[in-house]
Amino acid sequence: MTRFWELMTALLVVLFTSISVSHAVNLETYQFDDPSKEALFRELINELRCPKCQNQSIADSDAPLAKDLRDRTYLMVQQGATKQEVVDYMVARYGDFAHYRPPVKLSTIVLWVGPGLVILIGAIVIIVRVRQQQPHEAELSDQEREQLAALQSTKQDKQHG
Amino acid sequence: MGQTNRLKWLVLALPLIAFLWLTIFLLRGLFSDPTELSSALVGKPVPQFSLPDIYDPSTTYTEAVLKGRPMLLNVWATWCPTCRAEHAYLNHLSRQGVYIVGLNYKDDSRAKAVDWLNTLGDPYQLNLFDERGLVAIDFGVYGAPETFLINAQGEVMYRHVGDVNERVWATILGPQYDALMQEFEQAGEQP
Repeated sequence: MTRFWELMTALLVVLFTSISVSHAVNLETYQFDDPSKEALFRELINELRCPKCQNQSIADSDAPLAKDLRDRTYLMVQQGATKQEVVDYMVARYGDFAHYRPPVKLSTIVLWVGPGLVILIGAIVIIVRVRQQQPHEAELSDQEREQLAALQSTKQDKQHG
Repeated sequence: MGQTNRLKWLVLALPLIAFLWLTIFLLRGLFSDPTELSSALVGKPVPQFSLPDIYDPSTTYTEAVLKGRPMLLNVWATWCPTCRAEHAYLNHLSRQGVYIVGLNYKDDSRAKAVDWLNTLGDPYQLNLFDERGLVAIDFGVYGAPETFLINAQGEVMYRHVGDVNERVWATILGPQYDALMQEFEQAGEQP
C-alpha cells in the first residue's frame, strides 16, 4: 500500500512539474536593478492579456506578440512609467480587452455588477420562498379558545384520575 | 387574489426570461469569432511613425503618407499563409484603382519580402517596412493579415482582421471605401 502512495505522489509531482515547465516563459532576460520595478513588471505582465492568444496573460504566452508586449512593458517600466501609464498605453492600442481588469463603464458594466446581481436575485428568491413556507400562527376566536381550554382540562382530569 | 396571482406568475417567469436571455447570449457566442476585436483606434488619427521603404532603406515615410485620400492599409508578412491567400485579391483591387498601402510586419528578412512582391505582384502604392513590429503595436495589430480603412483626414475608420476576399470586399470593406471616396470627391469639387 505504501508503494502505491509513493507511486501516486511521484506521478503527481511529475504531472505538475511538466505542466509548469511547458508554460514557463523565459523571463530571465529581463534584468532589474530596482526590485520595486521588477515587482511592477511582474504584476503588469500577469494582468495584461495577450491579444493573440486570448486566454493567456502576456506573461504566460509564447506568442511573438506577447514577447513584443513584454519587451515594451519592460522598456516602459525601466523608464519609470507608472502602472496606470503602461495599462493606458496597452488599452489605447488594443482596447479594454488588453487588461484583465476592465474599467467600469457602460460596455463593461455587466461584468462588474452581473455576478452580484445574480447572487442578490437568488437571495431574494430564497428569502421570499422561506417566508411563504412558514406556517401562519392560527388565530383563534374566543369561542375556540374556550373549547381548547375545556379540552385541555378534561385531558388533565383523565391523566390524574 | 388576482393581484397576487399575477405577481406569482411574474416571479415564476423571471428565471425563464433570464434563462432564455442567457441561451441567446451563449448561442450568439457560438457563432461569433472571438478573434474579431474592434480596433481601439477607430475614429482616431493614425499613430505617428517613421518607417523605411521596403525597397529602398534610405527613404523613410511618416504618418503623413496615410493622409490626403481614402485608402486601405494592409498589414502583411511572408510568414503568413493567409496573406498569400489574399494577395491575388489585393492585386485585383489595386487594378480596380483602390489605393492600398502595405505595412510589412516583422518579416523574416527584407529580401524575402521584396522577393514576394516581385514574384506575386505589388498591389501597394507605398510599402512600409516595420522590421521590429513597433509601429504595428501602435496600430494595435495582433496578427496578419489585418486591413485598416483610413479616411482622407488620416483617421482609422475600420479594421478588418483576416483576409480580404470578394465576400469581405462586397459586404464590409467595399461599401465603406466607396462611401469615403464619394465624400472625398465631393469635397474636392467644392473648394
